[in-house]
Amino acid sequence: MIKAVMVINGLGKPRLSKFYEFQPAEKQQELIRHVYAVLSGRPDNVSNFIRSLGTVFGPDTRLVYKHYATLYFVFLFDNSENELAMLDLIQVFVETLDKCFKSVCELDVVFNYSKMHTILDEIILGGQVLETDSVEVMRAVEEISKLESTTSAGTMINKSIPSWWAR
Amino acid sequence: MGSQGGFGQSKEFLDLIKSIGEARSKAEEDRIVINEIEILKKRIIEPDIPKRKMKEYIMRLVYVEMLGHDASFGYIHAVKMTHDDNLHSKRTGYLAVTLFLNEDHDLIILIVNTIQKDLKSDNYLVVCAALNAVCKLINEETIPAVLPQVVDLLGHSKEAVRKKAVMALHRFHQKSPSSVNHLVSNFRKRLCDNDPGVMGSTLCPLYDLISEDVNSYKDLVVSFVSILKQVAERRLPKSYDYHQMPAPFIQIKLLKILALLGSGDKKASEQMYTIVGDIMRKSDSSSNIGNAILYECICCVSSIHPNPKLLESAAEAVAKFLKNDSHNLKYLGIDALGRLIKISAEIAEQHQLAVIDCLEDPDDTLKRKTFELLYKMTKPSNVEVIVDRMIDYMMSINDNHYKTEIASRCVELAEQFAPSNQWFIQTMNKVFEHAGDLVNLKVAHNLMRLIAEGFGEEDETADSQLRSSAVESYLRIMGEPKLPSAFLQVICWVLGEYGTADGKYSASYITGKISDIAEAHSTDDMVKGYAVSALMKVYSFEIAAGRKVDMLPECQSFIEELLASNSTDLQQRAYELQSVVGLDARAVESIIPMDASCEDIEVDRELSFLNGYVQESLNKGAQPYIPENERSGASSISNFRIEHHGPSGHSLRFEAYELPKPSVPSRPPVPPVSAAELVPVPEPTYHTQFHEAVAPKLSVSGTGSSEIKLRLDGVQKKWGKQTYSSSSPSTSDSDIHKTQNGATKRDVPSSLSSKARDVSYDSRKQQEDVDPEKQKLAASLFGGASKPEKRPPASHKASRPNSHAADKSNAEKSGPSDGGAVKASPQPPPDLLDLGEPTSISNATSVDPFKQLEGLLDSNEGTIAPGSSSSTKAPDLMSLYGDTSLSGQNIGTANLLSTGSSDANLISDVSHAPDRNGHGTGSAVTLSTPLSKGPNTKDALEKDALVRQMGVNPTSQNPNLFKDLLG
Repeated sequence: MIKAVMVINGLGKPRLSKFYEFQPAEKQQELIRHVYAVLSGRPDNVSNFIRSLGTVFGPDTRLVYKHYATLYFVFLFDNSENELAMLDLIQVFVETLDKCFKSVCELDVVFNYSKMHTILDEIILGGQVLETDSVEVMRAVEEISKLESTTSAGTMINKSIPSWWAR
Repeated sequence: MGSQGGFGQSKEFLDLIKSIGEARSKAEEDRIVINEIEILKKRIIEPDIPKRKMKEYIMRLVYVEMLGHDASFGYIHAVKMTHDDNLHSKRTGYLAVTLFLNEDHDLIILIVNTIQKDLKSDNYLVVCAALNAVCKLINEETIPAVLPQVVDLLGHSKEAVRKKAVMALHRFHQKSPSSVNHLVSNFRKRLCDNDPGVMGSTLCPLYDLISEDVNSYKDLVVSFVSILKQVAERRLPKSYDYHQMPAPFIQIKLLKILALLGSGDKKASEQMYTIVGDIMRKSDSSSNIGNAILYECICCVSSIHPNPKLLESAAEAVAKFLKNDSHNLKYLGIDALGRLIKISAEIAEQHQLAVIDCLEDPDDTLKRKTFELLYKMTKPSNVEVIVDRMIDYMMSINDNHYKTEIASRCVELAEQFAPSNQWFIQTMNKVFEHAGDLVNLKVAHNLMRLIAEGFGEEDETADSQLRSSAVESYLRIMGEPKLPSAFLQVICWVLGEYGTADGKYSASYITGKISDIAEAHSTDDMVKGYAVSALMKVYSFEIAAGRKVDMLPECQSFIEELLASNSTDLQQRAYELQSVVGLDARAVESIIPMDASCEDIEVDRELSFLNGYVQESLNKGAQPYIPENERSGASSISNFRIEHHGPSGHSLRFEAYELPKPSVPSRPPVPPVSAAELVPVPEPTYHTQFHEAVAPKLSVSGTGSSEIKLRLDGVQKKWGKQTYSSSSPSTSDSDIHKTQNGATKRDVPSSLSSKARDVSYDSRKQQEDVDPEKQKLAASLFGGASKPEKRPPASHKASRPNSHAADKSNAEKSGPSDGGAVKASPQPPPDLLDLGEPTSISNATSVDPFKQLEGLLDSNEGTIAPGSSSSTKAPDLMSLYGDTSLSGQNIGTANLLSTGSSDANLISDVSHAPDRNGHGTGSAVTLSTPLSKGPNTKDALEKDALVRQMGVNPTSQNPNLFKDLLG
């Protein structure tokens, strides 16, 4: 299964991170930093796969990344997935983003944080590949945003949260 | 950037992101984020926030948390948002909680109800959002709450919902298999779903289920094959095509499943051959995804029952991968090659140059993968090159995790295939020098044992040469700063045992060096322990040789320091040394005989030699021995306290008869001074003590038996080098694999190098500019490979009867000792001559002896191990403390002594000598060393080794091949 998806920019700032196995926030940061450290040390024109990630991840965790302009797209997964297929899944993800934002750039990723998650949720569900066709993903995403825009009236949120919860 | 307003972020949010983006340092970023958190904390509790604004706040929280800051104050608001009826709010809420919360978080309980409701919603998008959340948030306890709804959704009219429901069920299965076991059949049902997408999604859970239990899914082979066929024949709607490939992800999953189902199952595999062959033939290697499928086919082919035709096309595909410029494909090619050589080892030969290219590639991933491949194909003929390369690489990296791995692989390979002991020691030195702290301590023990036992044959000069060279190399190396502790221990031990053996170095020189080590590593008690034991040995050898011992001032001060050490172990050793130095030559010689570290010891477990003494004591009115189970523990301790003032029957009772399990004689590790130590006088004379000391000693030697269990780790085994492979920590899996490899490839006829050349020439035709260096490397790496069909199969049969009898008992001698055996006896006995020709051993038969070997090892390990002695490991020492502190401290200290490997020598003599003395024979004759290995078995052993040598491995080392690389 896929363990995590990360989008990190060339300076090591996370732009999107999603972990399909729960990791505490500090651990997430550590993982992102570790991945960035590994990636930034790699020259161009080498393979997109990394096997020995050290002890930070579980044994047999593989990493596939792709470097687009200023962004690293990183998928972490175990041995039940095929490396090249994961590389293409990154391609699917990016293609979808591209369709969605009309030639995607880092700023789109930054400013459309929730849409990124929506797209990713249509591609990967609970660590398994759900859909690999970017047209299909786009259709689902558009349907969601259409529905959302029609229902998003300016109604007020009911403030009934118990005060002891709202710290 | 027209899209940035699409989800209606406010200027505030945009400013935040922008300022974070422009932050020049982590500290600045943190400041901005902390400021943002403060703002959000205030804002989020304001009354009557518009929904839109609230959504934005939540997204800002998510963003803040992604940057590594705590946003837990807002979790409840995200939870609240999931309750909203508005789809957008609800989705935002679900997204936020799936990112914020783990399945055991307290707030989950507030969401479960909402999820239940949403799963029943008419709006399928709401259902999808809820299913998304289910995958992440539901834990084992809450599964029952949503399970019925999720199962209902498996029949939902929308395929997107069905698909997600399958995934959710799969997730439940991952989290808690027991709670959904009864629903597993649903996956099979959904496999026949009308929608290919849903069918595809069931493959994920089925893959998991099948990898857990292959046999209950064999019936599905037909279905999977027919699905794969339909997919490959483009029967699916065009929308499932990806880069002109029909549903590649489904194909990949199916191939993975087939690989599982066909593994080791000929019948199932036969059903797959056609379709897998078709896919490979049709595959499009120009696109990434086409190659992904091709690679998956190779994996499948190498996993299912072998089919020559498929293997051939798999080999072709590997060739294509390796020739490709893309590193990704090269990587996959190397990986696939590693899978294929398990089935037929010759495939690697065709790709030798490509493999070497990968080895020299700047890409670390590729390099490591290639090392993995080389590791798999190591055999006696190429071990030197491969291990050399590995060590070079090991020295060049800083990644401790990988360093450990590669170091242990070096050790494993060296132990298994070492062509000569000399090489083995050099290799180990290198590994220790550069990664000594990362390797297992056992490796150090193995190294000491190897130096002690030498070639395991009668050639004494070779042995002493080996030792001298070891001493030389250690004297050279020990000046280096920062040597790891384990290596220093080896150095101390070797210097102590053999430093003065060849007369080249004087005792004062060696002792000076040893005390230098101890001084330089004054914080390491283990090293100091080894050092003081080494000093003791050097001095005793001197005394025994009749020379006068002048202790160097630095040694003197070192020992004085240890006499007052906090560590009882070190103190004990220092006292030991002091008293041994004070003894006369004859006594010393029997305590620490020269070069006796490998002598076997026989222990009279019944302690029958004491019968006379016991009888005498009984006659004098002593109390008879009461077995431990017949008396209470409390009194035994108090009795023990009295015991060392005079012999009494009680002293026997402690551990004397405990743990009688090991059946092979063992040596109770008691040094002579223990007697002195039990009596609280520091320097009693040894001889006069005997009568009095017999009883305590008896109890002490009894403790030896309790220790047998403890000493299994570092002990030497009867037949020298064999033990390396048995004790190496390799997994049985890789072992088997390797032996198979070795078996097919072991036969390296002298024509080999030329054969390898031929291959190189072949590839040269295509690639004119190949570096001759590389070719040489290729020859040495792959040169050992040979074509089995060239050799007459008869000779093996000839060798079988010859060696069969010996085979079983001596199979252990095989692998690693081959090289050594050749060196030691280059001329084969006449009856073996006919085997000297290049012979062949068919794969299947030659595996046999190795299997036997394995079985043998298992059964032998238990019995051989305790038969000899070496040092116990530190952890054992601790357990020893634990054991003995219960029964009495005196015994505890006595046991401590046994930690020094050399002490074993003392022990054998001591445990017997006193009894002789006690019985008035008057001479301190050493009783030890009636060896258990009779001359006959030994001869047979050697013969067998030779047979193997001749039959299996006529020229295991081809010096020419390695000259360039090693020189």
